[in-house]
Amino acid sequence: MSAVASLRRIGLPRLIVHVSVLLICILWMIPTIGIFVTSFREAGQIASSGWWTAFTGAAETSAARLGDPSTARQDGPNYVISGSVFDDQGAGPNGSVQAYGTRVAAPTEFAAGEEADLGDGEKLIVNDDGSYTYTKNGPFDDKRGKRVYLSVTQPPSFTLDNYRTVLTAQGIGQSFVNSLTVAIPATIIPILISAFAAYALSWMHFPGRTIIIAVVVGLIVVPLQMSLIPLLTMYNNIGAFFGVPSRSYVGIWLAHAAFGMPLAIYLLRNYIAGLPKEVIESARVDGASDFEIFVKIVLPLSFPALASFAIFQFLWTWNDLLVAMVLLGTGKDQLVLTGALNALLGSMGGKWEILTASAFISILVPIIVFFALQRYLVRGLLAGSVKGG
Amino acid sequence: MASQIITAFGAVIAGVFACALYYWLSDKLLQVAFPVRVGDPRRASSNLRAHAVIRPWLFLGPALLLLLVYLVYPVISTFILSFYDRSGGNFVGLANYRWAIGDEQFRQSIFNNILWLAVVPAACTFLGLVIAVLTDRIWWGNIAKSLVFMPMAISFVGASVIWKFIYEFRGGEEAQIGLLNAVVQFFGGDPQVWIALPFWNNFFLMAILIWIQTGFAMVILSAALRGIPEETIEAAVIDGANGWQIFWKIMVPQIWGTIAVVWTTITILVLKVFDIVLTMTNGQWNSMVLANLMFDWMFRGGGDSGRSAVIALVIMAAVTPIMIWNIRQASEDRGGH
Repeated sequence: MSAVASLRRIGLPRLIVHVSVLLICILWMIPTIGIFVTSFREAGQIASSGWWTAFTGAAETSAARLGDPSTARQDGPNYVISGSVFDDQGAGPNGSVQAYGTRVAAPTEFAAGEEADLGDGEKLIVNDDGSYTYTKNGPFDDKRGKRVYLSVTQPPSFTLDNYRTVLTAQGIGQSFVNSLTVAIPATIIPILISAFAAYALSWMHFPGRTIIIAVVVGLIVVPLQMSLIPLLTMYNNIGAFFGVPSRSYVGIWLAHAAFGMPLAIYLLRNYIAGLPKEVIESARVDGASDFEIFVKIVLPLSFPALASFAIFQFLWTWNDLLVAMVLLGTGKDQLVLTGALNALLGSMGGKWEILTASAFISILVPIIVFFALQRYLVRGLLAGSVKGG
Repeated sequence: MASQIITAFGAVIAGVFACALYYWLSDKLLQVAFPVRVGDPRRASSNLRAHAVIRPWLFLGPALLLLLVYLVYPVISTFILSFYDRSGGNFVGLANYRWAIGDEQFRQSIFNNILWLAVVPAACTFLGLVIAVLTDRIWWGNIAKSLVFMPMAISFVGASVIWKFIYEFRGGEEAQIGLLNAVVQFFGGDPQVWIALPFWNNFFLMAILIWIQTGFAMVILSAALRGIPEETIEAAVIDGANGWQIFWKIMVPQIWGTIAVVWTTITILVLKVFDIVLTMTNGQWNSMVLANLMFDWMFRGGGDSGRSAVIALVIMAAVTPIMIWNIRQASEDRGGH
C-alpha cells in the first residue's frame, strides 16, 4: 500500500476531495472549452454573446435603426415605414425578438407583437420575427431612421464555416503543412544521432568522456537566446556565399535537431546506461563489435526512451515560435502555425471566429499526440527530472 | 502543398538514411583500415585497440558537431559580440553594458522577470503538489491528472489565444464576451482591459504559464509522493499525527529534492518566457521581459547585435547557477560502466 493510500484512512472527508478535484478539472478545462465552442459559432453570435450562452440561446440586447423616413409610403392620412429590424447590422444576426423599446434606459419596455404608442401620433409594432410597422398620422420629420432597442434570443446554431474560412482564405491549411514539414524531420533526424552518442557515453571508454557528459548536461539549460544572433549571421553568410536562401527548412531542421540534442543525449544516456550489463558484456565476449551491439541490442531495447524523446521533440518543434521566427521565412510556404497564429492576433484582433478556429487547429495535433502517447511522455519527464534530483 | 509533404518525408528518409549510412560506412572503413581478422595476433590486438580509441569518436562525431556549431560556438560568439557595436564590426568595450544599466526598458524587463520568477515557479509547484495529493486519493484521479496535464501539449501561442479570449474586453454597451469580464460584471464590478493594466497585467500573463506548467509539476511530484516509504507514514499515524501534519512534516520533507528539480526546471522556463508576452502584449503596458527585449533589439532598426547579445548574456547569467548545480548532480550519480 502506498503512502498516499494510508493518508486516505485518516485524511479529509472524501467528498471534499472529490469536489475540489472536480472544480480544479473544470477550472483547467474551461479555457480550452471556451475556444472550442466559440470556433463553431457564427461570427455575429460570437460578438454579441458569451460562448457560455451558446447552448441556451440567451437573450442579448442590441440596437437597430428603423428604415429611413425617405422610405415612408403614404397610406391614407398615415405615413408608414416597414421592414425588418434585422436589416440593420446593429441588431445582430436574425433571431427571435422578445421585447423592444425606444429608450436605452428601457430596452424591453414593450413585448414583441405589442403595439407601442410613442405619442405625437406615432405608433410602432415590432413582431418576434423582426418585422415592424412604424406609423405616423402625418409625414415623418426626423432626418434619420428611428433607433429602437431590442432584446433578441438567438437559437443555438453551430457552423463549420469558420474552419472552412481559416483553412483556405487565412492560409492556416498551408501553415499546417508547413508545421508538419518542420516538425517531422526535426523530430526523427536527431534520434539516431543522439542514440549513437548516448551509447558511446555510457558503454565505451575513452578520455574526455566525463567532460563531454558534463558539457552536455550544462548545454541542456543554455537559453536559445544565446544562439540566435550568431546563427542568424551564420545562415545569412552561408546563404550569401552559396547563393541560396538563408532561411530554409534544412536550416531549421538542423537547428531544432541541435537544440534538442543535449536533452536527447541526457535522457537516452540515462536509459542506455541502465541496461543490464550482462547482456552487453556477453555480446562482447561473443565477439560482437560496438556497432553490432548498438544496432542489434541497444537500439531495440531503448525503444521506450526513444519514444519519450520523440514526443518531447515533436511537441517542442510543433509549438516553437521563436526559432521559426528567426530562422524561417514568413512567406506563405514557410510560415508555421504558431507564426500564423501570432500574425492573426495582430491583424484579426477582435475576429474571434478566425482566431479560435485557427488556434484549435494548431493545438489539435499536439493534443492527439498527448492523449495517445501520454504514458511515454510521463516516463520521459520522470527520467529527465526525478533522476537528476 | 502535397509536394511539400513529400519533401518533408523525403527529408526524413534521406536524413535517416544519411545518418545510418554514415555510421555504417565509418564502421566498415574502420574495419578495413584496422582489420581484426588477420593472421598475426599481435597486429590483430593492436588493431582492436585502435578500434577502441577511434570508434567512440565516430559514434559521437555528428552529435558533437551539431552541439559545437549550434550551441557552443554561438555562446562564445554572443559573448564576444556583446563588446561590439550594432553591426558587430567595431569594438566598443563595455558601452553596451553601460547602455543596459541606464536603459529604462531594460530595467523594467529585469523587474518583470524577477516578478515572474517569484510567482510562477512557486505557484506551479504549490498547485502541482496540492493536485497531486488530491488526485492520488480518488479513483478517477488519473483522468483528472490527464486534464490538468493537457495544457502542456498546447503551444504558448495557442494558449495565448485561449487566454486572450478570456481577458477580452468590450467597450460601451456591448455584452462582455470575455469570461473574466463577464464574471466581474456578474458580481457587480467594472469590466477592465486586463492586459493593459500596468504591473497587474504581468500576473494575467503569468496565469497562462501557470496553467500550462502546473501539470508538469503535478506529474513529477505525484511520482515522488508515491515513492515515499510506507513505514514513515505509518510511524507518524501511530504517533497520532493528523493528515495535515503528515503532509507537511513527513511527506514534503522527503520529496524536497524533487521539489527543487521542479522548481528549477520551471525557473529556467520562466527566464526564457517569450511567446506569451509577444502574443499577448508585445511588451506594451510595461509588460516587457528580457527574452522579448532581446528579440526586439535583434531586429529593431535593422538590428543591434551588441545590445541584443548583452540581454542574452543576462539570461545566460541567471541560468548559470542552475547549470552548475545540474552538472554537479549529474556527475554525482553518474553510473559509469
